[in-house]
Amino acid sequence: MIREFALADFGYLLLATRWTILLALTAMLGGGFLGLVVAICRVLPIRPLNWLTVGYINLIQGTPLLGQLFVFFFGLPLFGLSVDAWTAAALAMSIYASAFFGEIWRGSLQSVPLRQWEAGASLGLTYRQRLAYVIIPQAVRISIPPTVGFIVQLVKNTSLAALIGFIELTRASQIMAAATFAPLQVYLAAAGIYFVICFGLSHVSQLLERRLHVAR
Amino acid sequence: MEYNFIFRSVLRFQDEILSGLLLTLQLSVSAMLIGLLIGIAGAVLSGVPQPWLRHPVRAYVELIRNTPLLVQLFIVFFGLPTLGIRLNANEAALVALSINLGAYSTEIIRAGIESLPRSQIEAGRALGLTALQTFRYIVLYQAVKAIYPALASQFVLLMLATSIVSAIGATELFHQAAFIESRTYRSFEVYTLITLSYLLLTVGFRGLFSLVYWAVFVRRPSR
Repeated sequence: MIREFALADFGYLLLATRWTILLALTAMLGGGFLGLVVAICRVLPIRPLNWLTVGYINLIQGTPLLGQLFVFFFGLPLFGLSVDAWTAAALAMSIYASAFFGEIWRGSLQSVPLRQWEAGASLGLTYRQRLAYVIIPQAVRISIPPTVGFIVQLVKNTSLAALIGFIELTRASQIMAAATFAPLQVYLAAAGIYFVICFGLSHVSQLLERRLHVAR
Repeated sequence: MEYNFIFRSVLRFQDEILSGLLLTLQLSVSAMLIGLLIGIAGAVLSGVPQPWLRHPVRAYVELIRNTPLLVQLFIVFFGLPTLGIRLNANEAALVALSINLGAYSTEIIRAGIESLPRSQIEAGRALGLTALQTFRYIVLYQAVKAIYPALASQFVLLMLATSIVSAIGATELFHQAAFIESRTYRSFEVYTLITLSYLLLTVGFRGLFSLVYWAVFVRRPSR
């Protein structure tokens, strides 16, 4: 039986949104951790390691996330791991995020002028003190806008997990659209929810930027 | 692990792969051109003093940039028929991709124009160039040079994003993967091969873009 798209159905979409947020958070944490490793491997003065990392970054950034999701979804079971849509999505998105976070953070680290290192050295700071008190605070401030910008991308990209059958906001809207036969209203509602999350995030980023700028 | 990887059964479908590749290229290039035109118009409109022209453009940019392409695609393909606008899958894909890229390129081009120091225009005028000449020889060249890298990487991202339109059944490369999988049951091999073939496209597009950059901005550096 076809029913109307009602307030309760919007509630269903909102409930599904927690999986969108959870997936984005997981990818953020997993990708953040891996991204740190990527950034470090990229700047350590070991040539073969640098090349390997560059290859990894190009492989991830040069292929579509949708493809990565499918490869993980169908590929991991071949190695004896029983993988559901959630695990595949969380893994693929963490790896996807790591390539982007790694490049963003490497760029931020390297954009701190060399003179800052020299100034730190001439003040008698040790290597670790320079890194902790001079370089990293500045690099963090530089990295905030692109990092949050990418997190917005990540939230939007969680929608692709719908295509391997993970029930988050987009998959829930597909189900709801089929049940109510009101695709326009349902998908506009879903777009509205995504908009609130992503637009909110962008504003937090601007706020954070301003605050960190003052603290300078 | 007792799994034999059989790539040969996938490669048998080279005709399907090739036709998918062709549509992916077509979709990417057309969306790039249309998106670029929308971007130029949007950037110009963002700079006008009339608020009734400026605000709708800002709203368009923010709405598109803060919602997923997949949902935009569903709105165009499944939602618009409610309003009497019916598009087939390939058309809907092109419309959604162009609208999506249009918002991003509006933002990139606007930033490029704004990043140009005002003194450049004043210097041009002080040298006796007309407004048109100042735009042609000073603003345009520098603005395009400034936005080119960002625009090029946005184009590559768009090309990768065309894989998403397989979700509504547009018959591009990624859709062919699903087709071949249904014939061979070689899910892993199919998706690995297709995903990797996007890498070739990425490398090709990046090479092309840097070649153009070199030809336009490096080979004859001053103007």
